[in-house]
Amino acid sequence: MPIPVRLTVNGALREHTIDPRMLLVHYLRDVCNLTGTHVGCETGICGACTVLANGKAVKSCTMFAVQADGADLRTIEGLASNGHLHAVQQGFWECHGLQCGYCTPGMIMAAVGLLAATARPTRDEIAAGLRGNLCRCTGYSHIIDAVNHAATGAAASGR
Amino acid sequence: MKRVEDPRLIKGIATYTDDIRLAGLLHASILRSPHAHARITSIDTSRAAALRGVVAVFVGADVNDQCGTIPCAGAMPDQKMPKHTVLAGDRVYFVGHAVAVAIATDPYVARDAIDLIDVEYEPLPVVVNAEAAIESGSALTHPDLGTNVAYTHTMGGGDIDDAFRRADRIVKQRIIHQRLTPMPIEPRAVVASYHAGEGTLTLWTSTQVPHLVRTLLPGMLGIAENKLRIVAPEVGGGFGAKLNVYAEEALCGHLAQRLGAPVKWVESRRENAASTIHGRDQIADYEVAVKNDGTILGLKSRTIADLGAYNQLLTPAIPTLTGLVLTGCYKIPALKMDIIAVYTNKMATDAYRGAGRPEATYAIERLMDVVARELGIDRVVLRQRMFPSAAEFPFSTASGLSYDSGDYEAALAKARELAGWDALLAEQAAARAAGRLFGIGMSTYVEICAMGPSKAMPAGGWEWGSVRMEISGKVTVITGATPHGQGQETSFAQIVADRLGVPIEDIVVLHGDTAVAPYGRDTYGSRATAVGGSAIVMCTDRVVAKAKALAAHLLQVPVDSVDFANGKFSSTVNREKQLGWGDLTGEAYIAKNLPVGFEPGLEASAFFEPENFTFPFGTHIAAVEVDRETGHVAIKKYIAVDDCGPQINPLLVEGQVQGGIAHSIGQVLFEQTVYDENGQLLTGEFMDYALPRAADIPEYILGSTVTPSPVNPLGVKGVGEAGTIGATPAIANAVIDALAPLGVRHLDLPLTPERVWRAIHQHELAGV
Repeated sequence: MPIPVRLTVNGALREHTIDPRMLLVHYLRDVCNLTGTHVGCETGICGACTVLANGKAVKSCTMFAVQADGADLRTIEGLASNGHLHAVQQGFWECHGLQCGYCTPGMIMAAVGLLAATARPTRDEIAAGLRGNLCRCTGYSHIIDAVNHAATGAAASGR
Repeated sequence: MKRVEDPRLIKGIATYTDDIRLAGLLHASILRSPHAHARITSIDTSRAAALRGVVAVFVGADVNDQCGTIPCAGAMPDQKMPKHTVLAGDRVYFVGHAVAVAIATDPYVARDAIDLIDVEYEPLPVVVNAEAAIESGSALTHPDLGTNVAYTHTMGGGDIDDAFRRADRIVKQRIIHQRLTPMPIEPRAVVASYHAGEGTLTLWTSTQVPHLVRTLLPGMLGIAENKLRIVAPEVGGGFGAKLNVYAEEALCGHLAQRLGAPVKWVESRRENAASTIHGRDQIADYEVAVKNDGTILGLKSRTIADLGAYNQLLTPAIPTLTGLVLTGCYKIPALKMDIIAVYTNKMATDAYRGAGRPEATYAIERLMDVVARELGIDRVVLRQRMFPSAAEFPFSTASGLSYDSGDYEAALAKARELAGWDALLAEQAAARAAGRLFGIGMSTYVEICAMGPSKAMPAGGWEWGSVRMEISGKVTVITGATPHGQGQETSFAQIVADRLGVPIEDIVVLHGDTAVAPYGRDTYGSRATAVGGSAIVMCTDRVVAKAKALAAHLLQVPVDSVDFANGKFSSTVNREKQLGWGDLTGEAYIAKNLPVGFEPGLEASAFFEPENFTFPFGTHIAAVEVDRETGHVAIKKYIAVDDCGPQINPLLVEGQVQGGIAHSIGQVLFEQTVYDENGQLLTGEFMDYALPRAADIPEYILGSTVTPSPVNPLGVKGVGEAGTIGATPAIANAVIDALAPLGVRHLDLPLTPERVWRAIHQHELAGV
């Protein structure tokens, strides 16, 4: 039995009637056509599907879309504003924090969530904070550099 | 230089295969065998077919006679080959073997449908252990082949019998190289669309090798090569797992034609773990013939290579890559490797990052440490004694290779310097005095890259490229290489910017679509820059040569007086007047004022055929501490010095090295593909197959030496696999070194806390 949902995605109100078993990640990808959020495992391990729900990083493959009813969601497509990359996106670009790019949207969203909770994390805190996200390309060092770049750059510019 | 491909990736607006949406798209879901070996006694698809939204359900009998068999380009002479159909016939041979496919208008419905397919299996005896599989009386993986041995093959050179006769002693060691799962974060995916009017098929697939797929699919689908377009869009990691032609590519192509609608199939992670190729999996008994002074006279191995149930594209060839580089970077004059390749009821092994070379490097570097300890010779001295000097290159190996260039001593010296070798030894001595298990390990490696000369490859080792100066002065570069994260959109643009003197923003590098890049041999074996980049260099040289003729005409000077530098053409006759690309491109295409006989346009394409492989090398050093109570290994320090020749983009090189080392950290400490005695895959998820996470990675000290290769115009060697090849033995040697005071000589990987803890306790008990 389809169920109505009403939620905000990247600042825009969305209202749909959807199958209750639809995963949030498939709602974002297939209903909202926001394909930047990726599916890597469907078991909540790899983190490629990480988005922000009410400011907190969540794995959209282990949530039903109907559970997000009323939520304020932010996906990778909604991170840059007015044509300006978010500090974490900029950090990933500056520090070669990505190779194939598949884990990257989830990794960036997890990092945004991490920095919202801890503005100036140590390298160990960044590594620990990204424990829910797998990358098979970079070996993580450049990702840690990227998040560190964002944290220190953001502090310097007062953002 | 930041990567030009990054903005679309960090904004989430790149297009991977699963992101492709087509009108009327159907979704396929595949039912896979839960048994490692069984006879299918009945399949009933009626319940699935009746489900609302299901378009069709097919089993092997419906499609196999129309899809051909899955190709293997690496078959060995006299190899026994099982017939590898797209879907299983009346038997299944491994867990994950595709049995049936359901196609529906919605992916959830397709997934529901396969649960409604009723299959009855009669389980058959299972072959899991490759060593037991070659004993007489073993159950058979493929009973119709009459044996589990796919092939036997002997490699090597030099006088091995003489080496072993002259030896003061023979050092023996069994080394098991565990099975691994590549696990790119993007699983495989395919979208197929058939255009009935033109009779053409477009296939988007998450592959490293769209051109190889285009070469091989016609034989499967009966569609002509020139009616087939293969597109590798954004590809989310490969590591060899996507260097293949898979059943699902043919199946989706077939279904799109048959159903008259586009079809998408997206692999789940469980399917990826079970039905995408695995890597490694060798059991080898090594014997080293040594003199008491540390001179190594010869190396023998009897290697049992587990191929799994079927031959994917390069499955049988992988163990032979091990044999080619088994003597490592040492002057070992005699080598004999006996390969026994075995079928088991498991997923096929094939090229996983390094493909045969990590097995070789891990073995020889472990053996160097074992020999050093047995002879009481310092491991550094032993290695140095066996290095060819820089003056001895090109250096011929007993396996028949010619190493192009090298300075192994320089890389070793630099790594020891960066490591603070003597201070590290002192730190170890102090730790040991305090009862701590602190180990230092090293590996000095050489590997085979830039694959490769066509005469040494299964089918064509060249690479194709083209460079076109557009009428606007912009530059379009097309490469037959297929980067999937390595960053050649950036590094090739750098090469062209440098060669043509144009701003990098004016250059676009296209790849991964056979309609755009008609020919290519794609990306694997660390070949894209060395071979593909060299093709681009040939193109820029040809474009400049042609442009000189046009410039001479416009300047009214002789062609041989025209020089080109920094994007400007001028003549020795008159240096006052210079022409830039903007002065030439319009003339070249408007074509009203051209020299006599000048063909309009300013573009060139080229095939670069490498005369040899390249042989990057380096030294990796690891320091680890083992927790005596838990067996946990902590990497305290990691130093890597890699020589991949000149580096076009050092940041990208660093990324490749770091990523490669992470694969080794996984292999040494956590990763192993495990099948139980019934052939059930126990590591079918990220839950059970442990990839390294950010907190498992040490801070690296990275360095390089630069020894150009003489076999290509860029002098570059390749670096995609070096980290994985160099790091595994360095870390493993460090752990064994940490445990050496307890009497541990060797442990097989992965060195999980449990395995290390058991070793500590066994040896401590033995010592009491």
